[in-house]
Amino acid sequence: MYVIDIISTLFMAIGAFFMITGALGLLRLPDFYTRLHATGKCDTLGEVLIIAGCMIYEGWSLLTIKLFLVAAFYLFAGPTATHAIMKAAYVTGVKPWKKGDDRV
Amino acid sequence: MIESFLIIGIIIAGTILLCSYRAVYGPGIFNRIAAANVIGTKAIVLLVVTGYIFERPHFIDIALMYSILNFIGTIIIAKYLERGELCTS
Repeated sequence: MYVIDIISTLFMAIGAFFMITGALGLLRLPDFYTRLHATGKCDTLGEVLIIAGCMIYEGWSLLTIKLFLVAAFYLFAGPTATHAIMKAAYVTGVKPWKKGDDRV
Repeated sequence: MIESFLIIGIIIAGTILLCSYRAVYGPGIFNRIAAANVIGTKAIVLLVVTGYIFERPHFIDIALMYSILNFIGTIIIAKYLERGELCTS
């Protein structure tokens, strides 16, 4: 039981690290596309890792299957939503940031 | 074990505060949509962790529902901003 606690805490700590990285990228990066580059990957990985930690803590039960459904659905839905926002911005005419421009 | 869930929950709430800056002050509508999508993702995880903190893990049902709502809302807003209307025949 003690080893399972340590392993699930390790998974959740790695997921929290990725979530902090995504939030800092959303704040600090200079452009809309680069911000989505940070958040789209870090949030998917962080969410899936934290829910995997909860699955390891839970063991085998019905809640594990529900947690797996949340993680699996977000593994499809998150990149799709990011791609939809990015395509909408590209079609509407948001210019990408080049080196030397001002921060938008 | 409750303490580690509590620390993870506090970290996620702090990142929600950081992202809400971009949702409020972000230049243009697209930065705000991206920040709202990120906040929705973090809220799903915060619901799951909160269920384990209060020892009531059936919050996961609400998290499953909210993930579907977040995805559909983001897709609809992106398509509306891309086309200018929703139902094109």
